[in-house]
Amino acid sequence: MTAERRTQLLVASSPVLAVLAALAAGAAVIAAIGEDPLAIYTLLFRQAFGTGYGLGQTLFRATPLIFGGLSVALAFRAGLFNIGGEGQMLLGGLAAALVGAYAPLPALALLPAALLAAAAAGGAWGAIPGMLKARFGAHEVINTIMLNFIALSLVGWLGHRLFETATVRTREIAAGAVLPRLGAWLPALRSAPVNASLLIALLIAAALAALLFRTRLGYELRAVGLNAPGAEYGGISIGRTQALAMTLAGAVAGLGGVNFVLGYKHYFELGFTGGAGFMGIAVALLGRNSPLGVIIAALFFGALAYGGLVVNQRVPRELIEVLEALVILFAISARPLLERVARRWA
Amino acid sequence: MSAGVVLLFLAAALRISVPYALASIGSCFSERGGVVCIALEGILLTSALGYTLGAYATGNAYAGLLAALAAGIATAWLHAEVTVRFRADQITSGLGINLLAAGLTRFGLVRVFHSSSNSPRVEGFADLPLGPLAHLPVLGSLIASPLVLLLLVLLPLSHALLFRTAFGLRLRATGERPEAGATLGLSVTRIRFAGVLLCGAFASLGGAWLASEQHSFTDGMTGGRGYIALAAMIVGKWDPLGAAAACLLFGAAEALQIVLQGSAFPSELLQALPYAVTMLVLAGFIGRAVAPKAVGVPYDPEQA
Repeated sequence: MTAERRTQLLVASSPVLAVLAALAAGAAVIAAIGEDPLAIYTLLFRQAFGTGYGLGQTLFRATPLIFGGLSVALAFRAGLFNIGGEGQMLLGGLAAALVGAYAPLPALALLPAALLAAAAAGGAWGAIPGMLKARFGAHEVINTIMLNFIALSLVGWLGHRLFETATVRTREIAAGAVLPRLGAWLPALRSAPVNASLLIALLIAAALAALLFRTRLGYELRAVGLNAPGAEYGGISIGRTQALAMTLAGAVAGLGGVNFVLGYKHYFELGFTGGAGFMGIAVALLGRNSPLGVIIAALFFGALAYGGLVVNQRVPRELIEVLEALVILFAISARPLLERVARRWA
Repeated sequence: MSAGVVLLFLAAALRISVPYALASIGSCFSERGGVVCIALEGILLTSALGYTLGAYATGNAYAGLLAALAAGIATAWLHAEVTVRFRADQITSGLGINLLAAGLTRFGLVRVFHSSSNSPRVEGFADLPLGPLAHLPVLGSLIASPLVLLLLVLLPLSHALLFRTAFGLRLRATGERPEAGATLGLSVTRIRFAGVLLCGAFASLGGAWLASEQHSFTDGMTGGRGYIALAAMIVGKWDPLGAAAACLLFGAAEALQIVLQGSAFPSELLQALPYAVTMLVLAGFIGRAVAPKAVGVPYDPEQA
């Protein structure tokens, strides 16, 4: 094995090592509060994957994480950090809910229109930092954080007009805009809330894989991400490519809003994202910005989210949040560490 | 608006900007040294819980302050360890630490106070005996608060530390061109650590202020203030004085929102003002904000 190959292997294993390290740290905390870590983890993952209903819950929670993770991964491939998934998903969900509830469209056109609205709202919210970056060189990290807050204020303001009396939710969508639950076709999933949004997420993942690795635009995107000056020298416009990448990333995150709005509750509710747009960063990080990796990482975090609820009786659910954070911190520390170790060996 | 409302508005604006200013000044040290400090939110949160635990255990606000400093500096230390020692991505580290802080503080609430929402009431700071100064309109009651007085003393000092001392010069050098500093024999690692820990100390004062003013810790009580402080630092152009001024502006916007609540004016849109201003500044529409050149870039001597 050459030294280079060894480095690659070590670095490739860093997400797995990070997860193991975080689970070990979590085990120490679980033991410290007087519970059996092995029993807790067994319970957690058995509940998350072992029953049809549990699997359906895990998949339901993984769905917006796939959208969020793909959004971050796509932007990252173009050298951009999209922290705006939360705001993009929020506005995407709102747009879908409004079209689903108010658009005077025939039933057949309603669902496509609601999906398009979600992608368009998220895409517009992603385009702003993308264009500010392209035109003025303004840093997208700060701008996307700012836009998350602006999206919240916007929803707060619109909410006065839109929300049902004494609630923080919009009117229910028409039947034609509903994304069906998978339990309708797969009885094993029973009444779990996982719905057709999952299929859309998988389709988008496949489409993004094709876009990134099989098209000219994908090539340009990756070229800008890997070496912007080099790409520009080769005739690729950095600004145009990055603005486009942020718009697409926003659209993907925006679509993530439909899982709750069109597939689960059938209305928009304040705080429905539950941090999924934000957790997309962890998902992309762990999935190493590849569409398949994102799906696997989203399943892991989805299982943690649902399993954490199940074990709440014995260990506080907050511990799961700590675990998620530790996975992030270990994952980003492991890579530079392993690279250094590999360099020593070489 | 009557004179009374104006005074009320001014007092509210000043009071709101105190924690922003403390955190914002702190972030100047971290960022000038080359480390992005999105972890500000997490530092505010852990130090607020630290204050509450300290004040709850002892019944003394100053013990709470020490506990806040310990918790906040420990959080900043973790950020420094991950970003400076392990040279990991600074933005992701900050976000991870904010998530960690949210989880840990909630975990602490549940374990110590058996509530997932709030702690019992704890002591706040007693006003300092300022004699006639205490009767100043608006300012009197504010500067009698020890943390505000501390802020007023620390503000010019932090500007001087950054721009008038050898340490400040070295810190700024590591944020602009770390390899140049290293060539002169400076330890980039040590200087960047110092910057991040200073940031932690200042932000901890902000966390202590929040918990002491509210006399308790509530889940997620910082409510994004760390991000506003970070935005103010950018609007203030990475200078403690500018950052504090931006915090006053943001505080005024928030106070105006409170005054206008219930009126026909859409006060929620005012909420977005600090964020919109920050975006305009970043795009160069209002002055030009230029970040330290090496901010966000891990320093790896083996590759320099």
